[in-house]
Amino acid sequence: MRIVVDRDLCQGHAACEGEAPEVFSVSKKGELTVLESTPPEDQRAAVELAVKYCPTHALRIEED
Amino acid sequence: MTIDTQRREPPRVSGGKGENAHLDELRHDPIALMARVRAECGDVGEFTIGDRDVVLLTGADANEFYFRAPEEQLDQAEAYPFMTPIFGEGVVFDAPPERRREMLHNQALRDKFMRGHAATIAAEVEGMVADWDDEGEIDLLEWFAELTIYTSSACLIGIRFRRELDGRFARLYHDLEQGTDPIAYVDPYADIESFRRRDAARLSLVELVQGIMERRASEPTPAKEDQDLLDILMSIKDEGGSDHFSADTITGMFISMMFAGHHTTSGTAAWTLIELLRHPAEMALVTDELDQLYGDGSEVSFGALRAIPHLESALKEALRLHPPLILLLRMAKEDLTYGEYRIAAGKLVAASPSICNRIAEDFPDPDAFVPARYLEGREEDRANPWTWIPFGAGRHRCVGANFAMMQLKAIFSVLLQSWEFEAAQPLDSYRNDHSKMVVQLEQPCRVRYRRRRPEPSA
Repeated sequence: MRIVVDRDLCQGHAACEGEAPEVFSVSKKGELTVLESTPPEDQRAAVELAVKYCPTHALRIEED
Repeated sequence: MTIDTQRREPPRVSGGKGENAHLDELRHDPIALMARVRAECGDVGEFTIGDRDVVLLTGADANEFYFRAPEEQLDQAEAYPFMTPIFGEGVVFDAPPERRREMLHNQALRDKFMRGHAATIAAEVEGMVADWDDEGEIDLLEWFAELTIYTSSACLIGIRFRRELDGRFARLYHDLEQGTDPIAYVDPYADIESFRRRDAARLSLVELVQGIMERRASEPTPAKEDQDLLDILMSIKDEGGSDHFSADTITGMFISMMFAGHHTTSGTAAWTLIELLRHPAEMALVTDELDQLYGDGSEVSFGALRAIPHLESALKEALRLHPPLILLLRMAKEDLTYGEYRIAAGKLVAASPSICNRIAEDFPDPDAFVPARYLEGREEDRANPWTWIPFGAGRHRCVGANFAMMQLKAIFSVLLQSWEFEAAQPLDSYRNDHSKMVVQLEQPCRVRYRRRRPEPSA
């Protein structure tokens, strides 16, 4: 599983960080850092929630 | 030799034979005009207001193009000339995405403030219903507009400033919102009644803020934790020690901060109530849901931040059918290409929540109020990110969307727990007034309220 961020769309709401704090980190200025661009399988449920709850639909998962 | 990729001009919609082309139709029935553009021209079509061509994009593909375009291509700042006389010169209508991102994180909209805001909003609703008898009647436009003046000023500027306001501020603010006749695209200072009232209202608001500032200047400065945004702005001095911000500038800043969240939230609250009155079974679902959620005595500051699926679905459906903004605009800063069409620099480019939220392919039975379309398994809002657009989409999506949903959940949590409502006029007589760019309910728009009696226990 690989995380793809659409930087055109990200507004830095940090919903992803709330769902999967081990995978996403959003700075005070709203800059998103993906801590694990190919997260382990045990993060899948959390990452799927992050994708689902991103208010701007800026995240998706690509399978390897 | 290269292949000739000559692009076509967008097709033009019928009508618009008068002096200012389609302006008159835009002032009277904008939704019919936009629906005709889509019916006659498809996803890309053009109408004209005064001497400005407006390219209207509709449908998922065209909207994705629109909402993804960077500022250098589609600029928001120049697209809303009717806002300048309201905010004042020099107060920007919109900030670039980077700045918006910072605003989202540094200011009152941050997630960590939401619980406090929910408590503030609940208290404001309680404060307004405290004046109610056991039963009575309200005007939805006036009541929700006044409530949301108090909630937005309290949450965005501070409770200290909110306490200085009364119904007078709300009425002046309403005059500002009414001063958004699209005739502004021809002349933002045209000599018409609504613009005269707009300018008089802005002057009165500046006077009101000036009065508050003078009184505060003569009083001791409050402790840091009690200060609001006005105290902070007043404390900023120039090198010579004089005030950096005039009352005029501060008033403009406050007007602009409150603008995006005011008529939008007020109108959505009113339309949600109207649709629930039109659909008693949905009202019962929402009321039962709230009774269960708060049955254990929990606070609205807690409940409004939790999932309230039936209420949220009703709010989303009211937003889909009655989006507060019916027409979103940008200015093409360079020649653009979309599909086979050329969009020339200088044209206005538009997207329309009113039209796209009702595309039948994306939203089956598009004109019906069906909150179930958002429940687990259907989720038509998430399934259609480029056409379910009450909050816009992409990089310019409303940064206050979460705050707005929380606020609406808090308002209905208080209202529906203790009060029941019924229409005070025929249910099909509630409608929007589309003669201004800021859409508001048309009056009369009255409902009756009655204090709920405890259900006899089973």
